[in-house]
Amino acid sequence: MGGDVDRAEEAVQDAYAVALDRWPRDGVPSTPAAWILTTAKRRAIDRLRREAALRDRQALLAHELEEAVRELPGEDDEMIPDERLGLVFACCHPALAPEAQVPLTLRLVGGLTVPEIARALLLPEPTVAQRLVRAKKKVRLSGIPLAEPEPDALPGRLGAVLAVLYLVFNEGYAATAGDALVRDDLAAEAIRLARIVHELLPAEPEPAGLLALMLLHQARRPARVSEAGELVLLSEQDRGRWDRAAIESALPLVDAGLTLRHPPGPYALQAAIAAVHARAPRPEDTDWHEIALLYRELVRVLPSPVVALNRAVAVSMAAGPTAGLALVDELVARGELDDYHLLHAARADLLRRLGRNSDAAAAYERALALATNEPERRFLAARLEECRA
Amino acid sequence: MRYMLLIYGDESGWGTLSEADQQTEMAKWFAYTEEMQKAGVSTQGDALQPTATATTVRDNGGEPLVTDGPFAETKEQLGGYYLLDVADLDEAIKWAHKCPGAKYGKIELRPIQEFPDA
Repeated sequence: MGGDVDRAEEAVQDAYAVALDRWPRDGVPSTPAAWILTTAKRRAIDRLRREAALRDRQALLAHELEEAVRELPGEDDEMIPDERLGLVFACCHPALAPEAQVPLTLRLVGGLTVPEIARALLLPEPTVAQRLVRAKKKVRLSGIPLAEPEPDALPGRLGAVLAVLYLVFNEGYAATAGDALVRDDLAAEAIRLARIVHELLPAEPEPAGLLALMLLHQARRPARVSEAGELVLLSEQDRGRWDRAAIESALPLVDAGLTLRHPPGPYALQAAIAAVHARAPRPEDTDWHEIALLYRELVRVLPSPVVALNRAVAVSMAAGPTAGLALVDELVARGELDDYHLLHAARADLLRRLGRNSDAAAAYERALALATNEPERRFLAARLEECRA
Repeated sequence: MRYMLLIYGDESGWGTLSEADQQTEMAKWFAYTEEMQKAGVSTQGDALQPTATATTVRDNGGEPLVTDGPFAETKEQLGGYYLLDVADLDEAIKWAHKCPGAKYGKIELRPIQEFPDA
């Protein structure tokens, strides 16, 4: 299992966790110790693979940096206690267009490949490649310092930095394509960087809110994907598998994000919504009225059709599928999000709950035609079958 | 790194100022120029005569084709420049922001293209 004691220990712990989950269900194997070791070995290999992938990315990152700048900044300035975070702030330099900031950060800090960035930003690969080339050229030729900005420049760049960290987290938390639903390394890196931003600017509410939001999402992660790799919906997750310690550490941050500024910002509100879920021991204990109220505020500060869709779902839980469907159909009527599989999946779910199975099936078909993530596709296909049955 | 700090503004604005205001503005420009010289970031810079004085020259089959004025009718005209030598773009931005012209126009920062052995 290699010479790394910590890694081996972690792997065995992982294996025990799987055993605790599985044996009551599937029965204890004939040779439990051997089972544990085999499972531990498999888990260790998975971990090593992930770590190796991260190391490769870091090597690549170093190489690209050398390309981008002739000399790296000195280490005397200790304003930002992390080289990579300094890089995030630099990639969000206002002299770079926002359309360049995000792909550049995902590439240099997140280590994402061009196809991954293209998927995360819903852009064609050549567009992303071109933006990266232009951004790196601008950094080099215009003398944009790839170093920590001065303290007075931090708040001005905060919005862009938080947006980029959230994108990195989301790409890790909900990989947009392929067989893996989650990429823990990316999500963990985003959390680490968000924590440093929060510690750097403790009086700012939105870093606290974003960190809380990430921690609360990550806390659900053990229950979010089944052993078979299937996506498990929030309402069907085994809440006993939620990471309680992560939730406990996030809740004070949620409060800080909400109280530091009025009205609260979008990250603080999203964290507050996630916290309502986290506080409910069972799905039926969820305070959907509070969630619907929080979404009403969120639509106000973040008027996007995706937020409006989430609000519709919350309203359907608080006031019934008819009220939710009315809001979803408003979105459909406006022609927004027609290419967004979750719009059709949400609509299908509401129709199914209203017993309109053939309408639901049509909506599931549309969602299925648009979804690219394999486990999500399997989930939608299963629901489609139910509606046709 | 060297930058050209290009000052753009509505050149018709100057004529609308009272003489006293013009003197106040000139004092700001002199102070700014002096501050840059003292900081050792700029030794060169000039104000330009208005665009009405401009002459445009192109080649036309070996002969100079000379026309009056600049090509484009724009709201803001190039009114002057400084040559900056600073560490990086952030420092250049600080100096550009201090420029009196940033108050009523805009400053464009252009890195100087450096050639080997230049």
